[in-house]
Amino acid sequence: MIKTDVVIIGAGPTGLFCAHQLGIIGLKCEIVDNLDKIGGQCIELYPDKPIYDIPAVPECTGEELTNNLIEQIKPFNFNFHLSDRVQELKNEKNKWIVKTLNGKQFETPNVVIAGGVGSFEPRKFPTKSTEKYHGKSVLYSIKDKTIFKDKSVIIFGGGDSALDWAIELSNSSKVTLVHRRDEFRGAPASVKKIKELSDNKTIDLITKYSIKDVKGNGSLESVEIKSELGESKVIKADYVLGFFGLIMQLGPIAEWGLNLDKKAIPVNTENFETNKKGIFAIGDICTYPGKLKLILSGFHEGALAARGCFKYARPDEKYRFEFTTASSTIKDRLGVKE
Amino acid sequence: MAKIKYIEFNGTEHEADVANGLSVMEGAIQNDIPGIDADCGGGMSCATCHVYINDDEWFKKLPEKEMGEDDMLDQAFEPKSNSRLSCQLIVSDDLDGLTVHMPEKQV
Repeated sequence: MIKTDVVIIGAGPTGLFCAHQLGIIGLKCEIVDNLDKIGGQCIELYPDKPIYDIPAVPECTGEELTNNLIEQIKPFNFNFHLSDRVQELKNEKNKWIVKTLNGKQFETPNVVIAGGVGSFEPRKFPTKSTEKYHGKSVLYSIKDKTIFKDKSVIIFGGGDSALDWAIELSNSSKVTLVHRRDEFRGAPASVKKIKELSDNKTIDLITKYSIKDVKGNGSLESVEIKSELGESKVIKADYVLGFFGLIMQLGPIAEWGLNLDKKAIPVNTENFETNKKGIFAIGDICTYPGKLKLILSGFHEGALAARGCFKYARPDEKYRFEFTTASSTIKDRLGVKE
Repeated sequence: MAKIKYIEFNGTEHEADVANGLSVMEGAIQNDIPGIDADCGGGMSCATCHVYINDDEWFKKLPEKEMGEDDMLDQAFEPKSNSRLSCQLIVSDDLDGLTVHMPEKQV
């Protein structure tokens, strides 16, 4: 059991800046995110896209913003728990017991949900019949590539994951790459390589087709694909891989007894607390009259939520407002030498 | 202003007067029309405001896709050649009478 002042769910810009604010006022926190890297939507959806509306930063990419936020909280040495997801929140004697998918447990008076629009999960095939093969022969990520050796593998998708794996697996498997259109969004060098492999018949490249059905008797045997014109083909397959990017799912957050308005959590704008004492929501996941889904709003929300957390983490102390420019206590926390 | 018709996958029809300058996605969200999620809020980065333009004439009449829209549509639920992201369809008088069909689901 890890005891801490605050558990932050979500390592996007809002969660990171909230951590900074907690550090400034002398609280400890642990940050959980189900991605394998820090940065949330900024790093997953638009690492290279320029952002123009961060105050005092005329232009930066999602990745640069993330790196700067990580730099800013470095002095506090907070722990990140990546590739993990908070599954359960339980109240015990005015503390929250937080349990994750990987079996970690936290005891904390405060939980800050900075979960964006939920956790990222791979988009799955639209066809119901694929479900019974999920995790066995229908896969959305690859942990052990040796299982594909000498097997027939059908890969769906047109982005870098699909292309990279098609190229990689073509060394030792019979690969068919299926994509819904002729253009690919993967890196130009990979697209060129795929066309070469297709020209010399190392891989089968089928475009303007998508999945229709999978068939098998216990184990997967074949995949039926369809074109928009109604043509269909059946291809023998041992494995089917789908790389359609990530979608965001609210997931377990919906089961914690919090008020929900569509996919957002209503909060009180004084401290961004939800209907549950000690549970705060900030960033894209919270809603209130006038809510703007901007990173800068998330920063503001995180700063106020941090002060809200102080009350429960240090019930016997009075929170004192201080400026970073003037406070020697804050400078100590930041490790600034004067 | 344009009258936009939104048809859910189950056939339920909704009509909304959408002000010029808003996107077809915003027209749906502001009028509480179900079937369009718009998780990213219009940033062309999530593919959850995906619609079909079943009328070929209308499809051709719409402003062309900008770079990146098709890449995003690759990641949508059952994209077709008449798919668009409704956050990229900016309403003007020219769009009066447009009908969009929603996919079975967005995520």
